[in-house]
Amino acid sequence: MRFWRTPLDRDKFECPHGQVFIIVERCKGCAFCVEYCPRGVLEISEKFNKKGYHYPVAVREGACVDCNLCEVICPEFAIYTECRNECAEDEAAEEASAQPEGGEGTS
Amino acid sequence: MSPSRTDSATRNASPTAPPAAERTALRHPKDLLLREDRLPHIWCPTCGIGTCVASFIEAIAETGIPEEKFAVISGIGCTGRVAGYVKLDSFHTTHGRAIPYATGLHLAHPEMKVVVFSGDGDLVAIGGNHLIHAARRNLDITIICVNNFIYGMTGGQLAPTTPHTARTTTSPKGNWEYPFNVPHLVASCGATYVARWTSLHVRRMRQAMREAILKRGFSLVEIIAPCSTLYARKNRLGTGYDLMKFYHDNCEVRHGADTKELDIEFQQKIAVGKFVDVEKPTFLDRIGAGRKK
Repeated sequence: MRFWRTPLDRDKFECPHGQVFIIVERCKGCAFCVEYCPRGVLEISEKFNKKGYHYPVAVREGACVDCNLCEVICPEFAIYTECRNECAEDEAAEEASAQPEGGEGTS
Repeated sequence: MSPSRTDSATRNASPTAPPAAERTALRHPKDLLLREDRLPHIWCPTCGIGTCVASFIEAIAETGIPEEKFAVISGIGCTGRVAGYVKLDSFHTTHGRAIPYATGLHLAHPEMKVVVFSGDGDLVAIGGNHLIHAARRNLDITIICVNNFIYGMTGGQLAPTTPHTARTTTSPKGNWEYPFNVPHLVASCGATYVARWTSLHVRRMRQAMREAILKRGFSLVEIIAPCSTLYARKNRLGTGYDLMKFYHDNCEVRHGADTKELDIEFQQKIAVGKFVDVEKPTFLDRIGAGRKK
């Protein structure tokens, strides 16, 4: 993950890792998910579904950060992501709720 | 197929995949509020209406209001199909008459959140009078107007929102009329919440929809959406994706802008944002308010 400045507490946080699910038969090949994925996870497949549309496939699934943009921008309700490091996310959330007071106080 | 490629079928078999019951059939999280048996929907590839519905479903979830308190009312047209795809109380009404149905439902059940989800041809053209009178009365209903500048379902005829010089089936040499400025139209009639976004601004659109649903009074969210099959093709603008790129490059966020200045010119800058957000007694508040005590 690229940062415009490295946060001081970066080592305490873990990037969420998402898993992409694609409902192939709903896809109409608009490629919005491929174009708008900020991490370049998806690519248009060479295969096509029953209706003849080329659907996306996750070629760099390790890069998914569960930002959910593909799910929201997909006009076909054909793609969604799920968070795959729940424990890490819970810890990060706890830390995030504890951190801001201290962090903002110093700035 | 190469072994390295991961499609949904192979991923489902991986050890990190969710439990077996979930794996047998992929279920989209938004399917809770969608009639799955009717999907895939009829909208063209790269049409923006599906994105609006996805944002609307998220907005409903964010409001925290139970889903049985919602009613979605649509007229006729591409966007008029929304009422048939959401798993909420819904009405698919006659052409242009979505707001009269919504008015009746709102007055009979004031506790319900009535949302009119329809297109520009339905709400602004044929239902134009209903729109301005609902705004004038300040009925506590939410209007989501998906504006794709054209009558999509009937073959791409000129709509009252078609920008000047844009070509349609019935204006092959370009439109000579002045289009409607929808935010100004409803704001001048007394709407209490007016916002405009495009189908590219998914998260801001969701926020605007949530605010509009929670707003007491007449609220309208206009969403500019690409029509790839007719508007983009007749005007040689490429596909819906090219229009999304155009929105990305040419939208200016101007919160609180004067609604007079929100006209949309053909392929020019589009002003988006939240323009009106005021408090005003609603129609039901005013019933009997002038009566002698």
